[in-house]
Amino acid sequence: MEAWSRFLDTFFNWDVMERYFPAIMKGVVVTIEIAAAIVITGTLLGLALAIVRTFRLLVMNALIVIFVDMFRALPPLVLVLLVYFGLPNIGINLPSFAVLWLVLALVLAAFAEEIFWAGILSIPKGQWEAARSTGLSFLGTLAYVVLPQAIRLTVPPLTNRTIAITKNTALGTVIGVGEILNQATTAQSFSGNATPLMMGAIAYVILFIPVVVLGRFLETRFAWRRI
Amino acid sequence: MEAIIQQFFNLSIMERALPLILSGLKQTIVICLIVIPLGLAGGLAFAIISLSRLRTVRWAAVAGIDFFRAIPPLVLLIFVYAGLPFAGFRPSPMMAVAIAFLLNTSSYYGEIYRAGIESVGQGQWDAARSTGLQGYQTLAYVVLPQAVRNVLPDLVSNTVEVVKLTSIASVVALPELLYSADMARSVTFNSSPIVLAAAIYLVMLWPIVRLISRLERRVAA
Amino acid sequence: MTTDAPPILEIRGLRKTFHDVEVLRGINLVVLPQQLVFVIGPSGSGKSTLLRCCNRLEEASAGSIRVDGVDITSRSTDINAMRRQIGMVFQSFNLYPHMTALRNVTLALVKVLGKPRAEAERIGMAALDRVGLADKARSYPGQLSGGQQQRVAIARALALEPKVMLFDEPTSALDPELVGSVLNVMRELKRGGMTMLVVSHEMRFARDAADRVIFMDHGVIVEEGPPQQMFSVPSEARTRAFIAEFAR
Repeated sequence: MEAWSRFLDTFFNWDVMERYFPAIMKGVVVTIEIAAAIVITGTLLGLALAIVRTFRLLVMNALIVIFVDMFRALPPLVLVLLVYFGLPNIGINLPSFAVLWLVLALVLAAFAEEIFWAGILSIPKGQWEAARSTGLSFLGTLAYVVLPQAIRLTVPPLTNRTIAITKNTALGTVIGVGEILNQATTAQSFSGNATPLMMGAIAYVILFIPVVVLGRFLETRFAWRRI
Repeated sequence: MEAIIQQFFNLSIMERALPLILSGLKQTIVICLIVIPLGLAGGLAFAIISLSRLRTVRWAAVAGIDFFRAIPPLVLLIFVYAGLPFAGFRPSPMMAVAIAFLLNTSSYYGEIYRAGIESVGQGQWDAARSTGLQGYQTLAYVVLPQAVRNVLPDLVSNTVEVVKLTSIASVVALPELLYSADMARSVTFNSSPIVLAAAIYLVMLWPIVRLISRLERRVAA
Repeated sequence: MTTDAPPILEIRGLRKTFHDVEVLRGINLVVLPQQLVFVIGPSGSGKSTLLRCCNRLEEASAGSIRVDGVDITSRSTDINAMRRQIGMVFQSFNLYPHMTALRNVTLALVKVLGKPRAEAERIGMAALDRVGLADKARSYPGQLSGGQQQRVAIARALALEPKVMLFDEPTSALDPELVGSVLNVMRELKRGGMTMLVVSHEMRFARDAADRVIFMDHGVIVEEGPPQQMFSVPSEARTRAFIAEFAR
C-alpha cells in the first residue's frame, strides 16, 4: 500500500492536477489549433499537387516528386530545427508556432500528394475514356468522375498519415510552442512532481484515441469493392 | 542568395563538423539495430496476443496497440526519461529511448501484422486445421508467411518511420545524428551541420521512400 | 437507307503505329447515314484501334477522318465538341460506379451541354426508356446486371444525340443470356435510323441487321460487302477461313 500511495502521489497528485489543469488545457487548445491548421493546409496542398501532376508537365512533375520525396525522407524534427534556427539568419523571422505549422503542413502535403496520386492512378483508364467520349473536358472528367472515386480510396491511408503527423505537434516543445508537452514539462519543473507529465500523456490519449478509432472505422467502411 | 549559401551550405563548417556528425550517425545506426528488431518482435507478440480466444485478452491487446499509437513518441520518451525517475527508476538516455521506442514501434508494427493476418482469408485457416495442423502451427507455417507478404510494403514503410524517429532521441541528449548536428550548429551559429545531417538522412532513406511509392501504387491499383 | 446523302464517317488512308508496330496500315472506309457497318476480324487485326481513332481516344499516325464533313484529325478541332457528335460504347461498359444510372446519363448533358438539371433528367429518362431501363434510373451500376449496365452505357451515349455511334465489342464481356438484351437495343437503334459502326463477334446479329460487313486482318481491310455475300460467298481466302471458324 505504501508503494501504491507513493505511485499515486508521484503521478496522480490531486493538488498538482488542480493547480496545473488550466495550463494543460491551454496546451490542449494550442495543440488542437495547430493540428487543425496543419491538417487543412497540408491536405489541400497535397491534393493540389496531385492534381497538377495529372497534367503531366515534365518539369512540374520532377519538382513535385523531388519535394515529396524530400519531405517524406527527412525526419520532421530536422526540418523544424533547420527552419527555426536557419531562417532568422537569412532575415526571415517566423514565430515558433508558424515554423511548426509550416514544416508539418509541408510534410503532410508530401504524404498526402503520394496518397492522392496513388488513388488517381488506380482509377481505371476506362473511366477517363468513357467520360471524355461524352465530350467532358479533362478538368470536368477529373472533377466529376475521377476525383470523387479516387478520394474515396484515399480516406484510410490519409487518416492514418494525418494522425501520425499531427502527433508531431509535440515537437513544438523543442522550439517553445506552448502545446501540451511544453506545458507539461514546464509544470513538472515547477512542481517537482511527475503528475503534469501524466496529465499531458492523458490529454494526448483523450485527444487522439477517438481519432485512431475513427480512423479504423473509416478504414473498414471505405473498403468497398469497386465495380 | 549569398546569405542562404553561407547559412545553409557552408562547406568549410560542414567539413569541420563531419567527424562529430559521423559519430552521431554511428549512434543512430546502433539505435536502429536495437529498436527495429525489438519492435518487429514486440509487434508480432502484440498481434498474436490479439488473436487470443479470450475476449478480455484480445481487448487488452487492441487497447494497448491503440493506446501507444495515440501517444506521440516524444511524449512517451519524455515520460520515461523525466517522469519515471520520480518513481525511482532512473533510465539512461539510451535505456529511455529503447523503452519508449519499443512500446511505440511495437504498437505500430503490431497493427500492421494484425491487418496482415486478417487479410489472409478464413479459408486458409480452415484448410490447414482440417489437415490436422494445430493453431500455432497454422499460424507459423500457413498464415504468417502470407500475412507478412501482404503487408510487406507497410512494414518497410514503418521501418523508415522508425529510422526517422531516432531523431527525437536528440531531445534527451542522446548523441545521435541530429543531436550531434545541433551541437555543431549551436557552436558555430550556422545551420550547415544540420543540412549535412539532412543530407545523410536523405542518402539513407530516399531510395527506400522511392521504392515505397512504387509499391504503394501497385497495391492501390 | 439513303445512298446519295454525304457520308457521316469518312476515313482515308488511316495509319496507326504503336511502339514500332504498325497496327493500322492504310484504312479507307465510308459510312453512310443510317447504315450499320459491322467490322469483323481476328484479334490483333486493328478493329478496336480503328474505332478508337474515330473519336481520337487514339491519335492517328497518318490519314484523315471526317465526321459529317468535319476533319476531326486536324489539330484545330475542338475535341470535346466533336466527341458530343460521336457516341462510344465500350466492352467493359465503364459506367461511373459512384453515380446512379440516371446521373451517369445526365452528367454530360449538364456539364458539357449546359442543360438545366430538370431538362437533362427528362432527356436522360427518355434515353433510359429507349433501352428499357427507365425503372432502374435510381439504381447504382453495382446493383445492375452486366447487360443492364451496358444498356445504361448505350443510353449515356444516346442522350447526347450523336450523329454516329461506335460500338467496341459491346457484348464480349457479357454472360451469354444477357447478350440478347443488348443486341435488341442495338436493333432498335438501327430501326430508329442511327448510324452505327460496330466491332463484334456476333455474326448472327451482323447477318440480320448489318448493311455492310467489313473483314479486317493485320491492319488492312481485306474485304467488304453486304452480309449475305460476306457470310455465304466471300471472295478472299482469309475471309473464308475466318467465317468458317465462327460458323461452328
